[in-house]
Amino acid sequence: MSQALVWLKRISFGVLVTAITVYTLFPYYWAVVSSLKEGSALFQVQWWPTKPAWHNYVAVFTEQPFGRNLLNSVLVASSVVIVSLILAITAAFALARIRFRGRVPLMLMILGVSMFPQIAVLSGMFELIRALGLYNKLSGLTLSYMLFTLPFTVWVLTTFMRELPKELEEAAVVDGATPWVVCMHVFLPLLRPALVTTGLLAFIAAWNEFLFALTFTLDQSARTVPVAIALMSGASQYESPWGLIMAASVIVTTPLIVLVLIFQRSIVSGLMAGAVKG
Amino acid sequence: MLARQRVRAAWLFLLPTLVVLAGVAGWPLFRTFWFAFTNANLGSSEPPEFVGLENFVVVMEDPDWWRSVRNTFLFTGVSVTLETALGMIIALTLNSRFRGRGVLRAAVLVPWAIPTVVSAKMWGWMLNDQYGVINEMLLYVGLISEPIAWTVDPNLSMVAIIAVDVWKTTPFMTLLLLAALQMLPDELYEAARLDGAHPVLVFFQITLPLIRGPMLVAIIFRVLDALRVFDLFYVLTSNSSESMSMAVYARQQMFEFQDLGVGAAAATLLFGLIALFTIIYMLVNRNSVIQEAA
Repeated sequence: MSQALVWLKRISFGVLVTAITVYTLFPYYWAVVSSLKEGSALFQVQWWPTKPAWHNYVAVFTEQPFGRNLLNSVLVASSVVIVSLILAITAAFALARIRFRGRVPLMLMILGVSMFPQIAVLSGMFELIRALGLYNKLSGLTLSYMLFTLPFTVWVLTTFMRELPKELEEAAVVDGATPWVVCMHVFLPLLRPALVTTGLLAFIAAWNEFLFALTFTLDQSARTVPVAIALMSGASQYESPWGLIMAASVIVTTPLIVLVLIFQRSIVSGLMAGAVKG
Repeated sequence: MLARQRVRAAWLFLLPTLVVLAGVAGWPLFRTFWFAFTNANLGSSEPPEFVGLENFVVVMEDPDWWRSVRNTFLFTGVSVTLETALGMIIALTLNSRFRGRGVLRAAVLVPWAIPTVVSAKMWGWMLNDQYGVINEMLLYVGLISEPIAWTVDPNLSMVAIIAVDVWKTTPFMTLLLLAALQMLPDELYEAARLDGAHPVLVFFQITLPLIRGPMLVAIIFRVLDALRVFDLFYVLTSNSSESMSMAVYARQQMFEFQDLGVGAAAATLLFGLIALFTIIYMLVNRNSVIQEAA
């Protein structure tokens, strides 16, 4: 191959990589730039914030109850993760390590539930939540989010749990350990990385949820971040406070991006396990 | 003796999860099916009465419903196709060795991590008719002569919705395809290279047939997700009846018009559609699902 052709190839590959990077990162970059603009500067296209201003970041907490929304999201997502993991650990142990009749249909059922459209349970769930007195309460959201986090955590933990060595379990059983002891004292410590991955994925799913949070809450006391951002309005009906919305968007997105970058490798393997390796 | 003890332990271990799933999935689903056959209404305090198939007739005769079906299918078809093509290009890029591969791999995960509502807002701002950066760019290069109202015009809002979805979910497709690509044996490519086969030919004759299975699974997975789309339509199109998805239609009937019965009927139809795709998914992916389960 001639030298020129090699260079042409290299350059076009470089262009491709640059194009992919710009495409994936530009919307986030633009949100950051927009959030740092004030007043009329927001409505002029400037590629770089010439005079960065933090006004929007202050205003989103003073003019909007965004602090409350953030707290709600943190409380809901954390409680969803904790409850799902506690329930999923023993369930995954049973499914991964014990052979019993009805196990395969059960697993298919759990996989099926993870594919439920949320809209199909919306009216029934609404009734249930009102009957339990959980309407407009954070615990109502925690309960309803089990619909998608629980099947997912059970499925992924089962995949991880199956890969643990058989010998460990056998040795413990010879020593007289019950299934409970094997699950909690032998396997659980080994599963810590899997728990972190699964928990993080469940956290992200709960943090992002919109339909239930929109339907089962009434006012700011229980609104989560996505609902607050979707419904954020300005002084008049015709004015969208874009500066505030962009600041809020950057605030909720940045921690997620940092988490995802830190746990990149394990997230990828967790996503694969969740989607069932093809 | 020990075996029976273990089986009993298994059921005890599963009990809490099964109870919660029955409560948040089984029971609400059953109630939705039941509401679909009643005149349940959020505005009335009367107990709902059985009305047979009436709600389904109402839904079937509503042009707005059919428009939402058309929108949902159009959205699903176009966005999953684009995501597959784009995901393939990015996966092939990431599969070759180059400096900065780790950085790019991390970068493509960023859109996936951003909540859908936030992505919708970010793009809604970029696509703003008066102040949007996308109109500004298109004007600058001369592709358009005046700003376009992307999210207001129902035809264009579909373009906007698809653009956001493609941006947000291509990373997931990329990851699944990349995993499939990395499992392919190197020897095949060595042989092809020795034969002097053109890369495009290698892709269509070797790579594509080999990763067809995983690719199909990824596509069905995305289709399942796209059919139940709610957030993007709700946030980007200010709820006009011209541009609704099936899920948005069902929710509007239930909560804005308070007609729980009609909304439940629409939700039941959508559930049937998704159940169909779930079964296809399990059949296509039969080997690995059973393997996972067994």
